[in-house]
Amino acid sequence: MLAGFAACGPSGATPGSDNNSGSSSTGAGKQQTARTLDQIKKSGKLKVAVFSDKAPFGYVDKDGKNQGYDIVFAERLAKDLGVKPEYTTVDPAARVDVLASNKVDVTLANFTVTPEREEKVDFAKPYMKVALGVVSPDSKPIKSVDQLKGKTLIIAKGTTAEPYFAKYPDIKLQKYDQYADAYNALLDGRGDAMSTDNTEVLAWAKANKVFTVGITKLGDEQPIAPAVQKGNKALLNYINEEIVKLGKEQFFHKDYDQTLKPVYGDSSNPDDIVVEGGKI
Amino acid sequence: MHGAEILLQPGVFPRLLQGLWVTIWIAGVSVLLSLPVGLVVGWLMTLRNPIVRFIMRVYLDFIRIMPQLALLFIAFYGFARAFNWNLDATGACVLVFVLWGGAELGDLVRGALESIPRTQYESAQVLGLNSWQTFSRVILPQALRRLLPASVNLITRIVKTTSLAALLGVIEVIKVGQQIIDANRFQYPDATLWIYGVIFFMYFFVCWPLSIVARRLEKRWAHD
Repeated sequence: MLAGFAACGPSGATPGSDNNSGSSSTGAGKQQTARTLDQIKKSGKLKVAVFSDKAPFGYVDKDGKNQGYDIVFAERLAKDLGVKPEYTTVDPAARVDVLASNKVDVTLANFTVTPEREEKVDFAKPYMKVALGVVSPDSKPIKSVDQLKGKTLIIAKGTTAEPYFAKYPDIKLQKYDQYADAYNALLDGRGDAMSTDNTEVLAWAKANKVFTVGITKLGDEQPIAPAVQKGNKALLNYINEEIVKLGKEQFFHKDYDQTLKPVYGDSSNPDDIVVEGGKI
Repeated sequence: MHGAEILLQPGVFPRLLQGLWVTIWIAGVSVLLSLPVGLVVGWLMTLRNPIVRFIMRVYLDFIRIMPQLALLFIAFYGFARAFNWNLDATGACVLVFVLWGGAELGDLVRGALESIPRTQYESAQVLGLNSWQTFSRVILPQALRRLLPASVNLITRIVKTTSLAALLGVIEVIKVGQQIIDANRFQYPDATLWIYGVIFFMYFFVCWPLSIVARRLEKRWAHD
């Protein structure tokens, strides 16, 4: 809401200008123009907005260095441009504004593509996807939605699991406000299984050995993609070409092995999460 | 006690201290710059010129009514969009905290100056002091004494409010704490309490000496 406040400025409502010509008109009262590819190369730095507290996608390790699935991609993107990445850490709500106010060139922060966001930024091709997952005890694993009929499913309010399972009247839903409470309920045996983003349950099941993710992919898959300022076609096209090129060398599978596999373990299938060449 | 072990992990404490240094730097620079701004603003507020008074009134009320977070977002995102004035996050914080500190301190200075009785000015003039001597030798020492408790209060508020800088992406002590908690959430799920506990003591040991100095000065000046 507060981020929206800043957007109420005189130019906040005119994000649609097309800047692909490369001219940097920077008059007062106009939205600040995104940097062109040439300007980025000349400056020697690609400014990237990343998360610093969302392990294992974007976090800071014990030496204070940015790490994670998003960061591995950012490093490669910068390297192929012949520049060094410069990270700006963002909160989820700031991801649109850092692009609109030209604080960064590209946002690589687990940014799920939604219609509302597409009106404000330009998304490139996806490099990851997220769906629902269901975690249950090893002793009584739930492997399909049919198995859940007549049983109690724990979910956190406000997640995509809530509307998804509302379609199944046979499944008793137990809702919690906090993730931590929902997990504790599962640990206490107050429900038969729990569902939320598959990336989240996979990581949790890894840390809690007596639980397993019986269903790793459920519901609509939501793409996660890099975003640039609205209208920055040159950079957008470059990133799209880069993603297609990296797909040929299975770059994101290597990225998965390096950053996500240690968290998710061998049991989970990388193809449930990784997107190669921008094709879901 | 499992969560407490996180504090012994290599890198955890040095990084928190680095974050604390960013906090202290922003607060320190803001306070140092606020002092001259506040003194000038306070002096301007005591002037009888109606235009100056009106401008100062608007300035003080605007800063006082706006939440600091809103001011920070305007300085960081709003200026970049509206005026193409791209401040970095630390710069935006210092700007907002100086404007805020200057306004609040200015009002304190005004109150302190106006609380000095008329007779003090008149007595000084009768003793043959010129107007600068009156101000620097008679009025200012008394005003400073009245100013001190409220100013220390303001400084500690500035120190604590620097935590909002984390929302602009500044890696200060709170943000470092969140990063450490998250990076360790699988190994140390209950690290939150311990990290925030340490941060609590860090803020405490920054603000506490200020209170001590203020109390000492007040005591000493009480016997002058």
